[in-house]
Amino acid sequence: MQKKYYQPEAETMQVEDIKKLQEEKLIKQVKYVYDNVEYYRNLMDEKGVKPEDIKCLSDISKLPFLKKDDLREAYPYGMLATDLNNCVRIHSTSGTTGKRVVAFYTQNDIDLWEDCCARAIVAAGGNEEDVVQVCYGYGLFTGGSGLHGGSHKVGCLTLPMSSGNTNRQIQFMMDLNSTILCCTPSYAAYIGESLKEKGYKPEDNKLKAGIFGAEPWTEEMRRDIEKSLGIKAYDIYGLTETSGPGVAFECECQTGMHINEDHFYAEIIDPDTGEVLPEGAKGELVFTSLDKEAFPLLRYRTRDITVLTREKCSCGRTFIKMHKPMGRSDDMMIIRGVNVFPSQIEAVLLNKGYAPNYQILVDRVNNTDTFEIHVEMLPEDFSDTPKVITKKEKQIQAAMKEMLGINPTIRLVAPKSIARSEGKAVRVIDNRKKIGINV
Amino acid sequence: MAIKQLSIFVENREGTLVTVTDAIAKSGVDIRAMSVADTNDFGIFRLIVTDVDKAKQALDEAGAFVSVTEVVGVAVKDEPGALAKVVKLLADHNINIEYMYAFITVSKQYAYVVLRVADNAEAEKILAENGISLVTEEDMAKL
Repeated sequence: MQKKYYQPEAETMQVEDIKKLQEEKLIKQVKYVYDNVEYYRNLMDEKGVKPEDIKCLSDISKLPFLKKDDLREAYPYGMLATDLNNCVRIHSTSGTTGKRVVAFYTQNDIDLWEDCCARAIVAAGGNEEDVVQVCYGYGLFTGGSGLHGGSHKVGCLTLPMSSGNTNRQIQFMMDLNSTILCCTPSYAAYIGESLKEKGYKPEDNKLKAGIFGAEPWTEEMRRDIEKSLGIKAYDIYGLTETSGPGVAFECECQTGMHINEDHFYAEIIDPDTGEVLPEGAKGELVFTSLDKEAFPLLRYRTRDITVLTREKCSCGRTFIKMHKPMGRSDDMMIIRGVNVFPSQIEAVLLNKGYAPNYQILVDRVNNTDTFEIHVEMLPEDFSDTPKVITKKEKQIQAAMKEMLGINPTIRLVAPKSIARSEGKAVRVIDNRKKIGINV
Repeated sequence: MAIKQLSIFVENREGTLVTVTDAIAKSGVDIRAMSVADTNDFGIFRLIVTDVDKAKQALDEAGAFVSVTEVVGVAVKDEPGALAKVVKLLADHNINIEYMYAFITVSKQYAYVVLRVADNAEAEKILAENGISLVTEEDMAKL
């Protein structure tokens, strides 16, 4: 039978009750973190805040923020709040070698996370009769496991495809009648194109919905995907630091993502001053996990710029909604679903003896991100035969792949040929902005 | 003995070749032979000129990325089979030709071939021993 909500008691809770629940959980969680995470205790002590100072929700503004750098600093165990024996899994973000962010999970953490993903699947019309094809990457990345676990909770038949091998994806999709597709929006668009190339019409597949996230996308792209696959496309949001996908999810109204407020407290702050902004204001999204046991982050700065609004939603859910991220307050790029920092690219080049004169060119062609790095060559790279130069390019590409997890196209260019602005090379040209993608 | 070739990095976009040819024109140096090796993104423009140092200076000043490569210059009779003889000689001695290009002059008696191999000295020795005329830089300037 089709359920409208996976956990109606939480998803349709009265707003006052949500706030009361969040307040109770916050007070407990702050004490738990203070008692168990030395790194955060030190931050609180430095700020002169004690757990007993947190008496109501608005007191949260007294707490220090956590940034990605803190998590790198605390690598690997510094943010762990419980005994390792209580942990059952880790996930990790892509990042500079040796300075990754590793998140730990207890079984309860996994359950809560999978519940969040299950809510997203039910909101997209999923029930036990559905066949969910998960083509997010499995492994350290949270995308695959999160939706996989959520799909189990709903009781769907789960196809753990992982990413890539599009021919096999299509074969399983057609032969096993997949009804819900979970992947990055660009991969969904790619599957749509591949189906068309193989002569399939949108009505030939049994898909009815898609749950797409992990990278920025536009409303135009949503319409393209919906048309090419004959589905309704839903957005999903999350980050490894807070568990993974499912922190927020879209309902049938497709007007923003409901944040799972019973497990996460969201704030919008001014990225420059750290001041908490009122509802409806645009600013940086900050999350506090209210229930997590192993890796409980308080006031984690996501660097995503967005707006929170609590309007009555016709789906009946009372959770506050976040707008699709409108940009970043740092220089992180999301390319093909992978987080890329210019500093990582610079580290590879410096390590190979190059001056930091490079340019990153990102674009989206046929709904797929293109990623090119231009590097000013060293005199010794130059040769009278092209193969010596292309070999060098391949070597840099391999080192980039090792660092970033994705393959950029490397182009060696002549020394001093990259345009300088005030003496510094213009590092990033992201043409996806031109087509309205909030990167 | 080997002759000097200018190798110039040319990005695959409008106007880059103009910069290079303009610089050489203004330096008053003559181009004797040329070839271009290209990929999707860039090309390498190879030139034999009458005055390497002067041309290089002009190119450097124009902001071109240029290096000097030593190559072997050979004069072959302008008749069927002459080039085949040179190539066969090198092959018989396991000398791999990286690239080569040829040019003819007004005299029509000889065609000239520029060869790029790993070991110039050895290639020159083998060719000379087998009666192939090698070309020097001075010869090139006089052609």
